[in-house]
Amino acid sequence: MIQIDHVYKIFNAGKPNQVNAVNGIDLHIKTAEFLVIVGSNGSGKTTLLDMIAGSVFPGTGSIKIDGQNVTKLPDYKRSQWIARVFQNPMSGTASELSILDNFRLAAIRTKPKGLTIGINDTFKNQVKEKISTLGMGLENKIEQQMGTLSGGQRQALTLLMSVMGSCKVLLLDEPTAALDPRSAEIVMRTAEELIKDYRLTSILITHNLKDAFNYGNRIMLMGEGLVKKDLDAGKKAALKQNDLFEWFG
Amino acid sequence: MKIFNIPDITTDGSYTLGAVVTAIFLTHHQPIYFTLPAVAIAGATAGALTGLIHTKLKINALLAGILVMTALYSVYLALMGRSNLPLINVSTLFNIINISPDPNNNTFWILLIFISVITIIIGYLLKTDFGLAMRATGNSETMIRALGVNTDRMKITGLAIANALTAISGYLISQQQGYTDISMGIGVVIIGLGSVIIAETFINWLRLTSVWLSLLLVLGGAIIFQFVLAVTLDIGVNPIYLKAVTAVFVLLIVSLPRISFRTAK
Repeated sequence: MIQIDHVYKIFNAGKPNQVNAVNGIDLHIKTAEFLVIVGSNGSGKTTLLDMIAGSVFPGTGSIKIDGQNVTKLPDYKRSQWIARVFQNPMSGTASELSILDNFRLAAIRTKPKGLTIGINDTFKNQVKEKISTLGMGLENKIEQQMGTLSGGQRQALTLLMSVMGSCKVLLLDEPTAALDPRSAEIVMRTAEELIKDYRLTSILITHNLKDAFNYGNRIMLMGEGLVKKDLDAGKKAALKQNDLFEWFG
Repeated sequence: MKIFNIPDITTDGSYTLGAVVTAIFLTHHQPIYFTLPAVAIAGATAGALTGLIHTKLKINALLAGILVMTALYSVYLALMGRSNLPLINVSTLFNIINISPDPNNNTFWILLIFISVITIIIGYLLKTDFGLAMRATGNSETMIRALGVNTDRMKITGLAIANALTAISGYLISQQQGYTDISMGIGVVIIGLGSVIIAETFINWLRLTSVWLSLLLVLGGAIIFQFVLAVTLDIGVNPIYLKAVTAVFVLLIVSLPRISFRTAK
């Protein structure tokens, strides 16, 4: 589903503050694979994710999604495949719009935004039904401003929003970093269910080694802009939680 | 009910631009229904220019607006050939349409119809999928890009629409007051901002998400704003202090909610 070949990314090239964020990565992610990426700060995880999403372009190398070369395609055009959940709950939702408005925009992620009113009773019921699966009691608050909700509620809704339209790739950039443990668990469990139900190709970046151990069917360690370790489903299953801690030892 | 997080100073320029285009068309005996779209296109062009400078050249929106506004002064002078053009003995909106025999009432009804029509158009636009995407652009750019919206194009379109509307108010006011002057636009952006901020205070306080209520509050905000200025003049304040009163009033409505919140904590 995602094919990355010889990708390099250097920021501030030639200046004293040059950063070699990604130093030649080859990566193939199969359909419905759930890849977890761990690595210390500055290891290039987020740059890699940003390049897949299209908010950062690689210096050299190529990126293909679903067989199509998207190396120079901007992020708003890659949305036809990709949905994103950001580290900051504010980034994934529009706080001054209602929950309903947010879901409407998500539902037409892959479509043009035309001059017709898309929110009707059928759509409202569809959104209510979706939201009720979270069990957070938000289904009766769909006319409320998104900004009135907590970070955990917003992240959970962002996840649901990603499957409102057709979605093939889900990118999760530390989605639970800003959340309390309980909300974090709800968000991660929701993510796992959606990934299974919709057979999404997913990438999770996390600093939480427990999550890295519990979720996903492939795990990768990044350091200095390179892939240091790459374990497939079988090897990941055999991995012990302590082994993971030792990677950072 | 702010759409983008951009204080667009092009407003001062496109307001006058609308009035200038109106004056030229009307003194050349063009009909008002033909003048209106020309005015809108002129305003939209000015707005789109600011949008292009801001998004494509990555120049601060405030500076982009100031640049376009400044350049427009030369455009007015080039178009009119002088700094002031009276609209005497020409057919204007207000002497062609006769709803009421009293000229004041007549002006009131014409403007009321005009405002109602424009409010309905804007309200509908903001409720469409396009309008939602536009509102989200000003609210969470990362989100709306991830949802497939070209935010640069959206900002250019939005600024074009906003300045087309501002030019239309220049079209109305020049016909109502009977002349166009190149300095008539000074401070219009403050009146616009002030009206929106008054409304915004209520919208945030009541946590409104309804587009129609928000638009009504913005209209109310504009009326309150003009009322304050009218009352100021009425109680005998020297008109030379009018701009100072305007600035202080905007400062007050911006800062009052913050001050009261601080003491409440």
